[in-house]
Amino acid sequence: MSTARLSPAAFRAQLQHRIFILDGAMGTMIQQQQLDEAGYRGQEFADWPTDLKGNNDLLVLSQPELIADIHRQYLLAGADIIETNTFNATTIAMADYQMEHLSARINQQAAVLARQVCDEVTALNPAKPRYVAGVLGPTNRTASISPDVNDPGFRNVSFDELVAAYTESTHALIAGGADIIMLETIFDTLNAKAAAFAVLQVFEELGFALPVMISGTITDASGRTLSGQTTEAFYHSLAHVEPVSFGLNCALGPDLLRPYVETLSGISEAYVSVHPNAGLPNEFGEYDLGAEEMAAEIADWARQGFLNIVGGCCGTTPEHIKAMSEAVKDALPRQPRAADHSFHLAGLEAFSVEW
Amino acid sequence: MRQQARFINIGERTNVTGSARFKKLILKGDYETALDVARQQVENGAQIIDINMDEAMLDSKAAMVRYLSLLASEPDISRVPIMVDSSKWEVIEAALKCIQGKAVVNSISLKEGEVPFLQQARLLRRYGAAVVVMAFDEKGQADTRARKVEICQRAYTILTEQVGFPPQDIIFDPNIFAVATGIEEHNNYAVDFIEATRDIKRLCPYAKISGGVSNVSFSFRGNDAVREAIHSVFLYHAIAAGMDMGIVNAGQLTVYDDIPELLRERVEDVILNRRSDATERLLDIAAQFKGDGSVAEKVDDAWRSLPVGKRLEHALVKGITDFIDIDTEEARQQAEKPLHVIEGPLMDGMNVVGDLFGEGKMFLPQVVKSARVMKKAVAYLQPFIEQEKEGGQAQGKVLLATVKGDVHDIGKNIVGVVLQCNNFEVIDLGVMVSCAEILRVAKERNVDVIGLSGLITPSLDEMVHVAKEMTRLGFTVPLLIGGATTSKAHTAVKIAPHYQHGVVYVPNASRSVSVVQSLISADNKPDYLARISEEYRIAVEQHHRSRPGEKMLSLAEARANRFPLDLGRVATAPKHPGVHYWQDVDLQVLRDYIDWTPFFLTWQLSGKYPSILNHPEVGIEARKVFKDANDLLDLMISQQQIAGKAAFGFFPANSDGDDIIVYTDDSRQTERCRLYGLRQQLALRNNAPNCCLSDFIAPVGSGVADYVGAFAVSTGFGADEFAAEFAKAHDDYNSIMVKALADRLAEALAEYLHMKVRREYWGYAATEQLDNEQLIRELYQGIRPAPGYPACPEHTEKGTLFQLLDVEAKIGMQLTESYAMWPGAAVSGWYFAHPDSKYFAVSKIDPAQVADYAARKGWDLATAESWLAPNIR
Repeated sequence: MSTARLSPAAFRAQLQHRIFILDGAMGTMIQQQQLDEAGYRGQEFADWPTDLKGNNDLLVLSQPELIADIHRQYLLAGADIIETNTFNATTIAMADYQMEHLSARINQQAAVLARQVCDEVTALNPAKPRYVAGVLGPTNRTASISPDVNDPGFRNVSFDELVAAYTESTHALIAGGADIIMLETIFDTLNAKAAAFAVLQVFEELGFALPVMISGTITDASGRTLSGQTTEAFYHSLAHVEPVSFGLNCALGPDLLRPYVETLSGISEAYVSVHPNAGLPNEFGEYDLGAEEMAAEIADWARQGFLNIVGGCCGTTPEHIKAMSEAVKDALPRQPRAADHSFHLAGLEAFSVEW
Repeated sequence: MRQQARFINIGERTNVTGSARFKKLILKGDYETALDVARQQVENGAQIIDINMDEAMLDSKAAMVRYLSLLASEPDISRVPIMVDSSKWEVIEAALKCIQGKAVVNSISLKEGEVPFLQQARLLRRYGAAVVVMAFDEKGQADTRARKVEICQRAYTILTEQVGFPPQDIIFDPNIFAVATGIEEHNNYAVDFIEATRDIKRLCPYAKISGGVSNVSFSFRGNDAVREAIHSVFLYHAIAAGMDMGIVNAGQLTVYDDIPELLRERVEDVILNRRSDATERLLDIAAQFKGDGSVAEKVDDAWRSLPVGKRLEHALVKGITDFIDIDTEEARQQAEKPLHVIEGPLMDGMNVVGDLFGEGKMFLPQVVKSARVMKKAVAYLQPFIEQEKEGGQAQGKVLLATVKGDVHDIGKNIVGVVLQCNNFEVIDLGVMVSCAEILRVAKERNVDVIGLSGLITPSLDEMVHVAKEMTRLGFTVPLLIGGATTSKAHTAVKIAPHYQHGVVYVPNASRSVSVVQSLISADNKPDYLARISEEYRIAVEQHHRSRPGEKMLSLAEARANRFPLDLGRVATAPKHPGVHYWQDVDLQVLRDYIDWTPFFLTWQLSGKYPSILNHPEVGIEARKVFKDANDLLDLMISQQQIAGKAAFGFFPANSDGDDIIVYTDDSRQTERCRLYGLRQQLALRNNAPNCCLSDFIAPVGSGVADYVGAFAVSTGFGADEFAAEFAKAHDDYNSIMVKALADRLAEALAEYLHMKVRREYWGYAATEQLDNEQLIRELYQGIRPAPGYPACPEHTEKGTLFQLLDVEAKIGMQLTESYAMWPGAAVSGWYFAHPDSKYFAVSKIDPAQVADYAARKGWDLATAESWLAPNIR
């Protein structure tokens, strides 16, 4: 069991020395197991009234060994940080399965599981401590886009509802032993602002802060988030959180993601993280980009000085993580941009007055 | 104003306390028009928009939330940051909960003391907003220079030291008050503001200064000319002192240097408090400048008063054809030669369009509309040019054709339009053009580039053939390859090796311009081709080593791993067996079954319908093109410009290995024909079955009486003629639209027919109730795979299908030599009813299966190899 809590300053100090490795995909690894309905239910939820197949987050309760094993594979492949299996574990996302009341338990148990595996692997090599990033996913609703074409002013989730859900998840993740809080796959910055609001509030309540990682998603070649922001606008809209790292993940493979990583790397005063997909899904919904090809691209990013933390999103496997970890092991980490007093605002696009 | 380069304009018209019009709109609930007010400000140059709903008659919080939520769906407005303007904290907080960007809050102050100030500042930090702090404290609003500076400095210290607020995110509003009120104490207000600005900027590093500028001229309301002069003069001096931003009417600022000298001097006396009678002296002359001196809010036809060149540019960029003949005529009269109008103003305008398109500021439908304007202008000039017997000086000549056997031309037509927009001469030979014809015209017209298009897989082979012929005939011009089934890999591996003078794959219309430009420039061409050939060399390598992990099963192994059919769940016999025809489908009914998402893709607007209509980037264009589509659909349907027909039927069938035997009747004694299937041979994850369509039909000898269905539909009858009418009127936009809509209707007809078949004609799912979204997601029992598509990729099977249904004689659809269907807007396929039947892709097969298939079909091996080429490993 790691004893000292990881402070943002301590984490920053470590990131100065080398590129950190994040884990790879959870969802597509679970898919490979081809669990059926009964597999998802396990014993405890055998009689649950809704379908549970596809409720990946529930597996921390119904198939804890399966999840622990995926975590372990990633750690043994070289990951420094593993992400809790809580992408959809907020009360809002869990409502699909009528499991709102299980949200806190799932978040906490997911952190406990990841914590145990991390400690187990750290014990093998105490010189390389492994960390648990407690994941706050985007939820399945968007606070700044109307789901109803006929009423663009309508919203199916409010900022306050999001704050309540994220507050509960954050408390549970920290109680379960998360070292880091990570907001990832952000496709609507307003959702992320609500998550950040909750996280900062929880830190204030607890009287300490954990390192925060923020990672957004550029949904397609338009170079914008789903809610329409450019990379720069996205960055400036969340810079107030003062996260340890800012990054991009999901939606695109490394080839298409590259220009936005470069942009972010140019403006970010925080460390930069990236975890791309293994390419774009093919016509069967599978990801084709091989570990070596992906590692080759990542190695080039590292050479260009874009990177501080790198891992994989959909379609990546322990093999990808291993290849990437090898590929960047001798590369120098990126130096964050020095803080200045430029003035930045943002709509869908950034508005900046350089100082 | 000279020094305004760094000055930030904050739009002020979306403010119920400052704009009577905006207030009326909001009180009336006319949010639509109220959004236009914001849009206008952004168009007029506002870099931030200030939104204020503080009005006693209004639920300010609800109005703010509603307005901001609607504004979020207007990307041309919400691209700029928002300033949330309210004196009520609850309104500010509600607003911040609706804004995804980084906003500015206007304002908080020390009016109620430090405790609420601190609490609000901390929350603002948590919401991630910058803040305007008013120079207001427990004692009141600061009016003198000293009080302004004192309060701002105090607030600055609290914010930076106790809250950790970044100093650059602090904006002070040291209060702009009205001058020239007749009250002596007010005379120095402008000077107090300007001097305080200077002090605060010095004492509070990185903080900014803002203010509501229109307050200063309050005493001259009703005289806009004088008010604007006061604003300009005030800003001129305040900005020089360090003012960073101001709330102004961005469309209504006169330039300092343009103010008549007399007025400027007297205004300056007032602002700078230079003489005690300054107010009287300004009043003396104010009447001279009275009248509506305001620069009217930009009205839509203001562009009509621009010089003719700019008018043509505006018409091209906005796609307006209303005045094009008049304007072109005017330009012609001014030009030395009519051709100069094309080479001069029209091409200049199209270059602007090209640049905007290149920068992603215009979208394809707009560009096509621009082309329509261009074509009309050129058509107008044509007779004059003929008179002078001049030839056009295009950038270069491009020949375009859809290859033999293929009738699909929407993409090719779009490429043609885009190239024409960029001043290339396009020779479009149309569809089903033989190789000989393409090369004959290419030679005769001495073209610079040949572009081939095709949608169905046999067209790929035809393209290879064209490349080989070009080599044989000694061509040296580059060859472009495009169309839905083409790809970089195929071009690199299969086509490029046959022609040494440049074969380039063009993935979409917008890329065609840069590709053709590179190929036509003698300077760039060698480098460009060298780069392409290197790219293709790598693509070829990747292709050869791709999928190392992919394992292929032998045909026998694949067959042994066939899909196990549950014979207990074979669908019931068709309720209405035999063949049926619909000769005149009600197109109005089909509208509800249209899957619009691919329609938007045709226009290179990517996003899922209906959410694409609100997409921040392309939503506006998507809505426009969607409206144009529906208007045209109304016309096509009401005037019966196109007709839809269908043939479909059900036949007793059993499977025999990879074949499906179709019997003459239910006695199942005599074979009428066989449908020849292909089986997946790649080893699949978790040993999933290697499917062939025959697996979904009960085998012969099982004793189960099974059936297979077939259908062929088209809504393209009349579409070519109708599209041609538009093309003749130089309206490519609607010409392309007609074909795109006919395609959508054909897909809708196939969907609708399949539903009728499931519920009535075959009737195996009589109780099914699905909405259009569920239909698009294929949440129904059974499948309708089409020959030429992944589950049955070999095209000649369409011949069997057409014979079974007697399609050509009964409804007039035809097959080309490559087995493309005519009319182009057509769908055909097989029906499988078993609940376990599913779509799959045959993908790669090995030579053994090719030989087996040839033997079954009675073909020689070469024929089989040619038809199966895309699938042969």
